Amino acid sequence: MIASRSYDIVVIGSGAGGGTVAQELGPLVRDGVRILVLEKGPRFADQEFTGRELEMADALYQDGGAFLTRDGTMTLAFASAYGGSTVVYTGTSLTAPARVIHAWAIPGLAHGDLTRRSAKYAEQNNVHPLDDALINDNNRLFLEGGRKAGYLVEQFPVNVKGCRGSSLCNLGCPNQAKQGTNRVQLPRAERAGVEIVTRAEVLRIEPDRTLTVHVSQKAAGTKGAPSEWAPGDYQVRTRIVVAAAGAIGTSALLLRSPLPAPRSLGHGFTCHPALILVAEHPHPITNDVGHPKSYFVDHAASERFVLETCMYFPFVTAKSLTGFGAAHSAIMYAFPRLQMILILACDHAAPGNRIAVSRAGSPVVHYRFTPETIDGLVRGTRAAARIFFAAGARRVHAPADPPLLEAADAGRLEERITARHFRPGMLAVSAAHLMGGCGMGRSAADSVTDGWGRVHGIPWLRVADASLFPDALEINPYLTIMALADRVAEGIRRDLAATGA
Amino acid sequence: MTPSSPAPPRLPGGGRARGVFRAVAACVVPDATRLDAAQWDEVEAIVARAIAARPRAVRRQVALFLELLEWLPLFRYGRRLSRLDPARRARFLDLLQRAPVLLLRRGFWGVRTLVLMGYYGRPGAAADIGYRADARGWEARR
Repeated sequence: MIASRSYDIVVIGSGAGGGTVAQELGPLVRDGVRILVLEKGPRFADQEFTGRELEMADALYQDGGAFLTRDGTMTLAFASAYGGSTVVYTGTSLTAPARVIHAWAIPGLAHGDLTRRSAKYAEQNNVHPLDDALINDNNRLFLEGGRKAGYLVEQFPVNVKGCRGSSLCNLGCPNQAKQGTNRVQLPRAERAGVEIVTRAEVLRIEPDRTLTVHVSQKAAGTKGAPSEWAPGDYQVRTRIVVAAAGAIGTSALLLRSPLPAPRSLGHGFTCHPALILVAEHPHPITNDVGHPKSYFVDHAASERFVLETCMYFPFVTAKSLTGFGAAHSAIMYAFPRLQMILILACDHAAPGNRIAVSRAGSPVVHYRFTPETIDGLVRGTRAAARIFFAAGARRVHAPADPPLLEAADAGRLEERITARHFRPGMLAVSAAHLMGGCGMGRSAADSVTDGWGRVHGIPWLRVADASLFPDALEINPYLTIMALADRVAEGIRRDLAATGA
Repeated sequence: MTPSSPAPPRLPGGGRARGVFRAVAACVVPDATRLDAAQWDEVEAIVARAIAARPRAVRRQVALFLELLEWLPLFRYGRRLSRLDPARRARFLDLLQRAPVLLLRRGFWGVRTLVLMGYYGRPGAAADIGYRADARGWEARR
């Protein structure tokens, strides 16, 4: 038998978007508005964040972090958990660049408005630059090398409180220092009376505003608490739906729902394809201790890349290196001497790059690298190599032939690092900034939603996550997602007030 | 293992696939040749668990590609992959990773990723390479 439930507002997803909407609408519960958040992933207890690489990747990420694009040339990383991907990001908190928002040209969406709302969440989530004393060698070398090589190096503000420097942010902070929605917005929403149900996957949204929901059983030996509801199938009726299941989750859900959604649904997918580059220093450095991401170089506007400090775990590092055999092993065994840089290419929405669903309703991401995106990766790799060498690295491991660049190669990076070494399927490209699919715009002819996240032609359905981005944001996106979600919540409150509900 | 324990997951494709996997693994990570039987079991259990969690089609593809890896060298070297000497095996895998056909590049990349997951996903390997991340962070280094 299928159980039935009834609510006024259902939020699907509990990450940066869903968590924000839940918090902002929470006060309505006092007025008798029934609000439910449905989260596909489980709720983890603090002690379950062990920092063990494969164990945590399996528990937190879709397909253990190995969700592949349709042609298998890129992995996409996104989490399923109470708090969504805010559980696994590094907490880097940047405000959307004005030039990007102006280029989006969304009616009613001003850069100043996003900046104001971003500042609100920056304050709420304790965003600040990390104290100098907590910066490790891996980050310090990026700063020094970047400056010597002539780059403008900027410091990331991060949303941590009591960071102990485990370096394990991407596996879920074992010390609960990172102020994601799981630590800030969702607990506030629950205190206000919002109901949150985990392990609850929304399979479909019907035109009569009924959601088909499947609540999973906790499998024996797995992490996370059992669902708040008994396992099984549910029909949830509601007046307002807020889809905030992430770019892939939201687009796939709307695609498999029998709704009159605009034709561009699923299109405009972008993701900042990323490469991890490593360099070996002559002596050990502090790299796997300390916050991993403190500095960046932003060349998005001029050369289509952003460089960020990073530090990954043994398996992710190993798969990110080009090639195999003795040279590959030699770099791995130099781990205590490794400096790492993440290169993000600033891709743009391209025809054909889209989210679809399989016959079974599972998400399928079609993505091909454009020559411009490859060029961004190539330029970014050269810049990273310059920074490594300027920082004193003995050799750099990069997509090149052979992949080890010695200090003598520093003067001929244009020759050594070329697009022919970046053929899809030859290197480990992954992406964690998944954007688009339900882009904002003027009308159903050019977009899926308006500037307030309302789906064109379906006024009771709103979107509040990175799928709203009509093109790449060109920076780490979570603060912008929160700012947009804040607008979505405001729109709902306004509509409810207007209808006297 | 007690009689009631569930059988550990196995690599798809049976015993021959296991031989091919080990041959590739020894090429991708030369230090794998120094693993003892229990360590090989650990590597294969990690890989088998990862594959078991993927859809049936993916499991089939892995088994098929391992089979392809075994037989393809016959056309170039007159021997199967598992019978090639290490230098030729490495040259053959290098050809695959540069292959003009995306399917071959991607297939090799997938098997290489599984090998690296099995090898470096072991806590022992993390310690061997000097990876020391600890939940206590800076405090653990003092």
